[in-house]
Amino acid sequence: MIVPFGHVMAMAMALFVLGLTCVLLRRQILMILIGVEIMLNAASLVFVAASNRWQQADGQVFVIVLMAITAAEVAVALAMVVYLWRRRRTLVADDFNRMHG
Amino acid sequence: MATVLFYILGFILLAATLLCITRRNPVHAVIYLVAGFFALALMFYLLGAPLVAAWQVIVYAGAIMVLFLFIIMMLGLAPQETPAGPGWQRWGPLVLLSLSLLTCSLLLIFQDPAASESLGGYTLTPQALGEALFGRYALAVEVVSFQLLFATIGAYLLGRPLPKEEQK
Repeated sequence: MIVPFGHVMAMAMALFVLGLTCVLLRRQILMILIGVEIMLNAASLVFVAASNRWQQADGQVFVIVLMAITAAEVAVALAMVVYLWRRRRTLVADDFNRMHG
Repeated sequence: MATVLFYILGFILLAATLLCITRRNPVHAVIYLVAGFFALALMFYLLGAPLVAAWQVIVYAGAIMVLFLFIIMMLGLAPQETPAGPGWQRWGPLVLLSLSLLTCSLLLIFQDPAASESLGGYTLTPQALGEALFGRYALAVEVVSFQLLFATIGAYLLGRPLPKEEQK
């Protein structure tokens, strides 16, 4: 397979920017979390491409660590989503604008 | 052949992600994201990471996204279509910011002479990956296992029933 390194990096960057746009644009907390997931996947694509380029295992090891970290992050974040839903019955980020509530 | 396949997969990945971030129904967004993650897993396979590709399908598409779907369906969010975003005046600047960031980073990436180096011809076997993961990076595995334990405790604490006076 002959793919230039720059093309893979450009693809990962486009994916990261899509995730960033999702975080900035969407108002619902679940969609913001999905944007974070997209950005983390762009990071793992960079890791795998770098692992291929330098012929080292380290990049793929970091991807596996990243997956475990993401699983932990999603578990806590979704528990928070359920908590917020039970407190306020809404998941739109703009509605959480009071510090004491 | 693999090169053509790689670009097709990249197109599927970006198109599915674009559809995902513009859907109003969260269930549709998650399904599009799963489609994108399958394409990403095949890209990992083509880049010489078969074990990571398998785990991408098992852990991301299989576990994490199903957790999202479970929460969406448990809270009954699907019928409530929240507005995707504010009007042009609010989301125009955001898109402009993202596009300028993308342009700058693409210029930086392709300015580097290493960008034209071709990838391929390297496949990491699961055995070599396991030796690296549990040999040199054994400490990282321990730290991550502690983190998973803390996340379990944190999710349990957040999921307790609310005291009566805090409910609204």
